[in-house]
Amino acid sequence: MLSLPRFWSSHRGELATLLAQHVMLVGLSTIAAVAVAVPLGIFAARRPRLAAPLTGIANVVQTIPSLAMFGFLLPVPLVGGVGARAALVVLFLYGLLPIVRTTIAGLRSIDPSIVEAGVAMGMTDRELLRIVQLPLALPSIIAGIRVAAVVGVGSATIAAAIGAGGLGEYIYRGLSMVDSTVILAGAIPAALLALAVDGLLLWLEASMSRRHRRSAIPAAVAMAAVALGVAGSVAVGARTSASVVVGSKNFTEQLVLGELVAQTIERWGGVSVDRRLNLGGTLICDRALTTGDIDVYVEYTGTALTAVFHQPADTDPAAVYDAVRDRYARTGRTLLAPLGFNNTFAILVRGVDARRLNLQTIDDAAQVAARWRAGFGYEFLERPDGFPGLAKAYGLRFAEAPRVMDLTLTYRALATGQVDVIAGDATAGLIKGLDLFQLADNRRYFPPYDAAIVARSNMLLRYPAVREALERLSGRISAADMRAMNYAADVEHRDIAAIVREFLR
Amino acid sequence: MAGGAIQFEQVSFSRSSLPVLSRFSLDVNAGEVLALVGRSGAGKTTVLKLVNRLLLPESGAVRVEDRDTRDWSPIQLRRRVGYVLQEVGLFPHLTVAGNIAVVPRLEQWNADRCGSRVHELLDLVGLDSDSFKSRFPDQLSGGQRQRVGVARALAVDPPVLLMDEPFGALDPLTRADLHVAFRRIQRHLGTTVMIVTHDMGEAFALADRIGVIDRGELIALDAPRVIAASRDERVRRLLDAVPAVPRS
Repeated sequence: MLSLPRFWSSHRGELATLLAQHVMLVGLSTIAAVAVAVPLGIFAARRPRLAAPLTGIANVVQTIPSLAMFGFLLPVPLVGGVGARAALVVLFLYGLLPIVRTTIAGLRSIDPSIVEAGVAMGMTDRELLRIVQLPLALPSIIAGIRVAAVVGVGSATIAAAIGAGGLGEYIYRGLSMVDSTVILAGAIPAALLALAVDGLLLWLEASMSRRHRRSAIPAAVAMAAVALGVAGSVAVGARTSASVVVGSKNFTEQLVLGELVAQTIERWGGVSVDRRLNLGGTLICDRALTTGDIDVYVEYTGTALTAVFHQPADTDPAAVYDAVRDRYARTGRTLLAPLGFNNTFAILVRGVDARRLNLQTIDDAAQVAARWRAGFGYEFLERPDGFPGLAKAYGLRFAEAPRVMDLTLTYRALATGQVDVIAGDATAGLIKGLDLFQLADNRRYFPPYDAAIVARSNMLLRYPAVREALERLSGRISAADMRAMNYAADVEHRDIAAIVREFLR
Repeated sequence: MAGGAIQFEQVSFSRSSLPVLSRFSLDVNAGEVLALVGRSGAGKTTVLKLVNRLLLPESGAVRVEDRDTRDWSPIQLRRRVGYVLQEVGLFPHLTVAGNIAVVPRLEQWNADRCGSRVHELLDLVGLDSDSFKSRFPDQLSGGQRQRVGVARALAVDPPVLLMDEPFGALDPLTRADLHVAFRRIQRHLGTTVMIVTHDMGEAFALADRIGVIDRGELIALDAPRVIAASRDERVRRLLDAVPAVPRS
């Protein structure tokens, strides 16, 4: 395992960019939340009948898990989709509640005789608010902002799932590589950032509730402005003026393929590339491709047929490819010729078990499965070509209902004995790395999953050289190539960009 | 000089359908100190709030400087009427100078004028400007706070000053000091003052005339000397509550 300091120093440019993106996400969304929540809180504090429903709504928003919120927003025009904009919207919504609540509480806790004195002195509503109520409620409001910002730092790590960048990218990357160093490389700076934000706002809150407040506010505002400015210039400076946006799903092979597509376009396509890798599952990528948030990614024919187009599974590779290509064409997208390998689902067991019990096929395993526990990714449990059909085809029964976990965690769970059988990818490098054994699909249950590049047709028309470049990849990547690249990334922890560069050479 | 005269004409006011004042009439002359004395809940505070239009009468009329309070802009009226509460209501986040200068600033006075006014008023209420102006309210004693409250209420030289139990929460010595200071200031400025208090002793110490209010009714209104000799039982009860101090 790489040591953490070494990882940071070799990735310091990227680390700075991700940290800057993180600060931008939290900073901008918190500022927007303050701009909306404080007036809303003032409004509600003066109309007690409104305060309860308003905080109620904000409460409900808060209880939606952030990952689900990103999901809800995917199909929403303007605010949804993938990328930083959608992440900002989600973080903004989360920030509202604590600030609304503390604004109301701060205003309500002011001694009535002080307010009465203000009114009796002939202050207008506005003057009362500006001179008396807001200054007195300020420590409470700052406390709410503190909560919002600290929660925001945490939630922003999840934004990496929709390609918004930030320190969560290391966490997701680490999860998909099953490499805790990479996870920590993102998690530790995120935690430190949360502590720093907390400390800064705590100091502000304290100096605000003491006297001599005048100096504290401008100092804090200046500090926030400088932080945002620096973060902004780093984050923006790092982004190229992209012409083609390359996406990928959130597991190692997809990161490799996304990088492969990106480097191919950069080398032979003659345009610059914006990488939106590590986007999440099939549905997120498909949605992003439909809306134009990304221009190209690599899909698998069987997945497209069943999960994207909701067709019954089919076992003939050519028929599946044609059906999928036609359906993409009808929706403005082009499926290029397959890359050359079939990433079918692999039913995996530990190598020691396979040898001890002499298991070769899924049929063999079905005999002993009643004593086993299974662990599957969310997608495999839900997909029409996933677990339910498999169980029926082979008469599989396990000791208990399959455990649901992140796909990338299942390999480690199998290797450490937490589960006894998983459904992984046939090309996964970890199969070799963790001494796992792939059972043969002797009843030919799984449809073909030929990897192929799918792109927005209008992008290919605009950049014929990109199409030409991408077609060079057709039929060039064998299952062995793919497994080797995945192994290099997952087990040897080599830099994906370097692995791909080597392959393209 | 009509500046500051107040008339109540047949004023009725009720709170949650319980009558607080019924057909209440009272003339306050410009430049006098009038004390309204009564037990808690007699309607004294309501009377004050009707003057600066924190409340409006249900029937009848309240006139300030010969103008019905309904016709005054509430903001304008309140800036012409100083108000001192028992709780003082100093703004805890502002210094003494900041508190006193609130209304002058709202009236767009420039900084120099505000500064010299603060100095003048602190002088007037007997606080040393240099050592007090940059203190915060929680760094003041109760008596000092009350003095600042009076200074704040007088900031733009209002013709009328309303005081609601202004010295009620103070110890007797501080109170006596403030009474003396108050009479001096009032004579100096010629402000029309309405004070409400439950303490007949305080009324004697401050007022030119004393009104006795009982269940929303004005049952007596006269010079302190006359009130002291009143045979009305309700007035006597308030008089008897004043601790018997041997006055030689």
